[in-house]
Amino acid sequence: MPQTSMASSLVAPPSTSFFHTKKDLNLSAFSSSSSSSSQRYQKHASRKICCSVSAPQQTQRQPSTTGSVKTAMTMTEKILARASQKEQVTPGDNIWVNVDILMTHDVCGPGSIGIFKNEFGKDAKVWDREKVVIIPDHYIFTSDERANRNVDILRDFCNEQNIKYFYDIKDLSNFKVNPDYKGVCHIALAQEGHCRPGEVLLGTDSHTCTAGAFGQFATGIGNTDAGFVLGAGKLLLKVPPTLRFVMDGEMPNYLLAKDLILQIIGEISVAGATYKSMEFVGSTVESLNMEERMTLCNMVVEAGGKNGVIPPDSITYKYLEGKTSVPYEPVYSDHQARFLSEYRFDVSKLEPLVAKPHSPDNRALARECKDVKINRVYIGSCTGGKTEDFMAAAKVFLASGKKVKVPTFLVPATQKVWMDVYSLPVPGSGGKTCSQIFEEAGCDTPASPSCGACLGGPKDTYARMNEPQVCVSTTNRNFPGRMGHREGEIYLASPYTAAASALTGYVTDPREFLQ
Amino acid sequence: MAFSSATATVSQNLTFASSNKLSFSHSSSSSSTSSFNFLSFPSFQSKFCKTIISSPQITRAHAPPSPSTTTTATSSFHGLCYVVGDNIDTDQIIPAEHLTLVPSNPDEYQKLGSFALIGLPDSYAVRFIDSGETKTKYSIIIAGDNFGCGSSREHAPVALGASGAAAVIAESYARIFFRNSVATGEVYPVESETRICEECRTGDVVTVELEENRLINHTTGKEYKLKPIGDAGPVIEAGGIFAYARKTGMIPTR
Ligand code: SF4
Repeated sequence: MPQTSMASSLVAPPSTSFFHTKKDLNLSAFSSSSSSSSQRYQKHASRKICCSVSAPQQTQRQPSTTGSVKTAMTMTEKILARASQKEQVTPGDNIWVNVDILMTHDVCGPGSIGIFKNEFGKDAKVWDREKVVIIPDHYIFTSDERANRNVDILRDFCNEQNIKYFYDIKDLSNFKVNPDYKGVCHIALAQEGHCRPGEVLLGTDSHTCTAGAFGQFATGIGNTDAGFVLGAGKLLLKVPPTLRFVMDGEMPNYLLAKDLILQIIGEISVAGATYKSMEFVGSTVESLNMEERMTLCNMVVEAGGKNGVIPPDSITYKYLEGKTSVPYEPVYSDHQARFLSEYRFDVSKLEPLVAKPHSPDNRALARECKDVKINRVYIGSCTGGKTEDFMAAAKVFLASGKKVKVPTFLVPATQKVWMDVYSLPVPGSGGKTCSQIFEEAGCDTPASPSCGACLGGPKDTYARMNEPQVCVSTTNRNFPGRMGHREGEIYLASPYTAAASALTGYVTDPREFLQ
Repeated sequence: MAFSSATATVSQNLTFASSNKLSFSHSSSSSSTSSFNFLSFPSFQSKFCKTIISSPQITRAHAPPSPSTTTTATSSFHGLCYVVGDNIDTDQIIPAEHLTLVPSNPDEYQKLGSFALIGLPDSYAVRFIDSGETKTKYSIIIAGDNFGCGSSREHAPVALGASGAAAVIAESYARIFFRNSVATGEVYPVESETRICEECRTGDVVTVELEENRLINHTTGKEYKLKPIGDAGPVIEAGGIFAYARKTGMIPTR
């Protein structure tokens, strides 16, 4: 009977090595994980399905017991089914998927273009000049000649192909005289209206998954695949099974979405969602604004995930208003859709977290690290360099009224974020902007928007870690060498925690200033 | 079982996934599938694949490597191994400062290779590439879990291949790295059944026999089982995603 075999192939993996489990997950789940941080990554431990922080009544839903309707699908499955013109898809199916948007940037664009030309011919045309979005963002404000050349390659290609959406920068001395220039690709994609519910977005960057916040399928691919998509407009993809994360409860005023995703990654490990889709639902998720939802989806790749997805709602539609004229059609998981596993969290019980060096799943409570002396703080990137992230940091500085004790680097993700930092009033400040508050707190002047030191980059990159220092950062990866020096230590944290740490010179729980 | 058919296809074609000789349990097969992510294996050819695949018309996506292979038989390679641990991410394989190198440019391809694994911490006292050298003397990399996690940069498998490495034997891979490795044909990403990385030491002499799904460590005299390639088969059989797409009329033939 097909139903049964389907169910068994989905159920089987959790009891094998699909899950890299922790020892004991109980009510104090996250403090216990930090104590085992020396051996944080335990493989093939005892089986565990539901890591319930405070809802022990919930256990895994057996797909076979949900009285499944034959066509029940998850959001991810539905999007992929529609994009492949199929009635139904099942995890594990290999299908040709039509791509709505292909994004590439200055690091992977030139290689992808090279492969496209090799394979499709020198005079080949891209499959749709309005569906290719090219965003220079990684290595922009540098005198590195090859980096500059790579942006030139993008420009030549866009001219030749008449690419509609190319966010060019020509004058590197002052980003503001480049009206087309945006900055970090994933944030620019959203701000420019390229992220739409129900669509398929592929990009030559692993954090392309950020766009899942809009209820679409978005994932990162390599140059060779991108070269293929440029010519064919489609790609062979395997349908992933979905893990569901239910987050309920009121979000305390000292937590941000970054804490939620660090909690999840700490729970399932950096390989816990390898090849899988991660769906985020629940009352907490519904209460998050779009930028916070993007933070959640942004880091699914740090758990190995293929994509993250959040059901679109009125907050999504409101954000999209005036940004796109392309009609879109949202889809939602069926009630009886099959999830590989379901995790529940009571967000009201969580505390501010960090990921200690050198892995995003090396989770600890911020307050447990209060003796860790730091040399610098970095606020920026597609994860933590959005308008709301700077607002959050400003809120902490404002509440403390103090000055930072370590150099604090601010890199707005995009030109729009930069403008917001300089123009939007911070609530409760009597009309001050983030930039004024940052200046009063003694932070470095907000830098030109780009990826900056999030991934190290050329030696002359602003705020790059050229010494083996300790940094609290709102970025997404803390592997050795990620921000420059390979002996540097990076603590990943929310903008609240980063700002609080800047004020003390130690890793600091933001409740010290926010309550 | 849903995923096993593709394995069989591979074995017919490439002779390295001999599922007729070894039978794999449901669990091993599905867990190996888990890291395979989506499929697409264009240009599946490289220095070692030349000896495996008998279809020389396949082109590769990147610049050709110099002939530094230590392949000795049609479906095996032999040489020194370099051992790393878990979660070796793409920043350690090729640090971001070198990403300005464009792999499809032959000079820059060679240069990328000279930086392979340069981001490993200083605790790796023996370096993958000796100082002053541009190639590695280790043709086989042995790793733990989640090899190649992090960014989607195709520079990572390309750098390893360009350095002269032929294969990575890891307990598991990050999704995009696996796909990129096969897509570019730069290094052969094989999964091991056990944690070989804890039992081998850098400099050990090893042989990887794809046909037998086996790794032999001649220094210690031990043998280890490797996993078959899984459902990469149909696309590899066609010769990669470009060839596959041409064959099925998806894109025009040249
Ligand atoms: S900000 Fe960092 S993580 Fe985001 S796209 Fe740029 S380099 Fe990648």
